[in-house]
Amino acid sequence: MEVPILKQGQYLIASIQSALTDADLSQLREALIAQVGRYRARGVIVDVTALDVMDSFAVRTLRDVTHMARLRGSETVIVGIQPEVAFAMVQLGLTLKGVATALDLEEGLAFLDQRGRDRVERGN
Amino acid sequence: MATELRTRGATVPDSRRLVIATDKDVVSARQIGRELAAEFGFSPGDQTVIAAAISEIARNILMYARRGEVSFQLVNDGTRAGITVTAQDEGPGIPDVARALLDGYSTSGGLGLGLPGARRLMDEFDIVTGVGRGTTVTMSKLKRPQR
Repeated sequence: MEVPILKQGQYLIASIQSALTDADLSQLREALIAQVGRYRARGVIVDVTALDVMDSFAVRTLRDVTHMARLRGSETVIVGIQPEVAFAMVQLGLTLKGVATALDLEEGLAFLDQRGRDRVERGN
Repeated sequence: MATELRTRGATVPDSRRLVIATDKDVVSARQIGRELAAEFGFSPGDQTVIAAAISEIARNILMYARRGEVSFQLVNDGTRAGITVTAQDEGPGIPDVARALLDGYSTSGGLGLGLPGARRLMDEFDIVTGVGRGTTVTMSKLKRPQR
């Protein structure tokens, strides 16, 4: 199941619609990294609200997306981790360290906007 | 009713036995586990915990043995009630189980959190393995007594 990626201004929004296989997750990673370059995106939002489980593979893939996108000049934020999913992640020992998260899409957009303003102020 | 039979501790029907041979099967296994847990009255939080543990051990089958089986059993014998998940493969086996249960130890390049994580998520966890003997993980989540 392919994850639709929408372009909104300078951002890419990947909205996961259902449970994903490992292959689907890897495909999403490749697509996002390619599109960051193609659309010169400054930010990436991955909405995981509909994801049934965040296991070690999903976490590793999203962490890789974040680090790869950062190397390409784009900030990533993961939004929509459900409370019970967060609980299971903590029990599993999955912390998403070094990865920005926000409550929902709205907060994720606000986070990226703020990042953009910070970047302008710093002059880079 | 099949549900009543299962809650009396009978073995679940064959449909609750799933061959794991592709990454789609990993998703199916955790979805079946979640559905069973929901039917059995586990909270949404526990359903997710059970599904996450199943995802980890089913993926381990795929990564290390390429093929295996996950089966589900609902237990209710008067003293304890819960779901037992058994993951069985005839793969290479685990040479050093103690290390495999340590956080961050992986021979596959993964995060090394699959087995120790699944053990933390579940209430009971047992591995029978040996080099050349395959691996069987049996893990259970028990229902807390109703208040």
